[in-house]
Amino acid sequence: MIAKQTNQKAWFMVLPVFLVVAFSAVIPLMTVVNYSVQDTFGNNVFTWVGMDWFKDLIHSERFHAAFLKQLMFSGIILLIEVPLGIMIALAMPKKGWGVPVCLISMALPLLIPWNVVGTIWQIFGRVDIGLLGHSLASLGFDYNYTQDPIAAWITLIIMDVWHWTSLVVLLCYAGLCSIPEAYYQAAKIDGASRWSVFRYIQLPKMQRVLLIAILLRFMDSFMIYTEPFVITGGGPGNSTTFMSIDLVKLAIGQFDLGPAAAMSLVYFLVILLLCWVFYTVMSNIGEESSNGGK
Amino acid sequence: MRLKWLIPAIYIIFLLLPIYWLVNMSLKTNEEILSVFTLWPRDLTFANYMVIFTDASWYSGYINSMIYVSINVVISVTFALPAAYAFSRYSFVGDKHLFFWLLTNRMAPPAVFALPFFQLYSSIGLFDTHIAVAIAHCLFNLPLAVWILEGFMSGIPKEIDETAFVDGYSWPRFFIKIFIPNIASGIGVTAFFCFMFSWVELLLARTLTAVNAKPISAIMTRTVSASGLDWGVLAAAGVLTILPGALVIYFVRNHIAKGFALGRV
Amino acid sequence: MNFNWMAWTAPTASFFGIIFCLLVIMTIWELKCPGGGPRIGILRFETTRGDRLFVSLLGSAFIHIFWLALFPGLSLYWALVFSCIYALAVFRWV
Repeated sequence: MIAKQTNQKAWFMVLPVFLVVAFSAVIPLMTVVNYSVQDTFGNNVFTWVGMDWFKDLIHSERFHAAFLKQLMFSGIILLIEVPLGIMIALAMPKKGWGVPVCLISMALPLLIPWNVVGTIWQIFGRVDIGLLGHSLASLGFDYNYTQDPIAAWITLIIMDVWHWTSLVVLLCYAGLCSIPEAYYQAAKIDGASRWSVFRYIQLPKMQRVLLIAILLRFMDSFMIYTEPFVITGGGPGNSTTFMSIDLVKLAIGQFDLGPAAAMSLVYFLVILLLCWVFYTVMSNIGEESSNGGK
Repeated sequence: MRLKWLIPAIYIIFLLLPIYWLVNMSLKTNEEILSVFTLWPRDLTFANYMVIFTDASWYSGYINSMIYVSINVVISVTFALPAAYAFSRYSFVGDKHLFFWLLTNRMAPPAVFALPFFQLYSSIGLFDTHIAVAIAHCLFNLPLAVWILEGFMSGIPKEIDETAFVDGYSWPRFFIKIFIPNIASGIGVTAFFCFMFSWVELLLARTLTAVNAKPISAIMTRTVSASGLDWGVLAAAGVLTILPGALVIYFVRNHIAKGFALGRV
Repeated sequence: MNFNWMAWTAPTASFFGIIFCLLVIMTIWELKCPGGGPRIGILRFETTRGDRLFVSLLGSAFIHIFWLALFPGLSLYWALVFSCIYALAVFRWV
């Protein structure tokens, strides 16, 4: 690592970014903290309730359920998307006409507005008019995502895999492309097996991008809102009510500002903790590999 | 190993199938959608698209989305450029923590901020304007832009800066004449990502708008719940939201993979 | 412009006041002796003063939440005491 020049005036270059982000981040955050200790019946009349909302929240079944569902969802999609993404990235062509075709068609789902993704799958999964639902129904499966919780979960997971695996693929592909051809030739001369090429050449090179991929996928799946909202609306029953959906139901649907604010804060703290752990791991691995490379 | 191409091929078919189904539906009449199950439109119709192109409440949504996305991309890139330069070249008090704090905003769930945002922008009189949505989207796009650009800038050797200063360039002139052309592809990738995340976001855009700046994605959700289910028009609207993205991908296809690694490979 | 909707209360205002003062103190400290005293503590990676402050604050928040979860009857001031002990430990050993 090259030592950077110390220059406090650099703050002036960062200042515009700092101000804009602070305006959108700090004021709302302060407001959320203020709401979380008060009760309101509208018209800006607030009464102090102390930590009651937090107590209610921590002991509420609904919160536990939403939190568990959230963790489960994030866990499942990571377990599917990461190995699948690596596999596809390894199989992708390195040159020729296949490269742009792959890149463009794979990036396409990432650029579809999230509620349109929801709409696509809502239509695709319907038994009466959707290809997936209709095919499953005619094959004899009892599939109906608006009534059966398991079908709803499967639909959401396939939807997320469809939507986001490409991100993992593209990241891994970028990592793989940075491996010089000479490495592979050396491995060939040594007679290395396919597995050891992957384990000792490709995986270490992908390590950093893979961490970025896991970080982004985990965070984004942890705050997923729009797609399940459009597809299932949190149902059937409460089976797909993830944290964000529950939060918006509480805050905008029932206008319970206090409980919603308390939930926001706990949600935010969990995200902050995870973010910090991932970031620390990521920057430490980055430092090791950049030191080790010299 | 000779069948290796099958894996990406199957994956791409899996990706394109739902999109094909949407396009397919947008070209059918509602009667056909609901009465018979057909793999391609029997009587091809563009009526669904005509509904959108002739009704102001539909097509204004596209214009609104385009306006706030463009404002957001311009703000994000211009503000992030000097900041990313500062992060990549200098160390200053609190730099690492500032960087981390910026990233946490990229990770913060918009649902947490939705309600205070509504009140904040109402109280400063920006509610239902394009600029409000653009600034709100900066919450996650600015950190991302700084992150990507910092990666690209760290790849440019410091000697370039030093030679330029020795040659008597002032900082702004050096930055515009020498540095920016050097990271042009990085700026392109950054703009692409800002476009992407601003274009696909719904929750904040919907919370901050009512009539004048309502994005197309919010108009779509309203139509689903209100006017019964006009599947054909809904599908046509969906197809039209995919097009700008497809167009942008085509232009930056050579940089996508690099950008996804945030310039840090 | 009307900021009534932010619904400030004395306790939350002083909470943010304290956080702000902590940041100011950290900045002054950093300017007086730059570098942030980096060292490798029991977490086995390098931390600076700022990291330790962050770990203390985040940890304190979780201590308070768990206190509410485990001992809903007891006063939260106990959690505050524990948080202070925890923060001192973090600054000493992490």
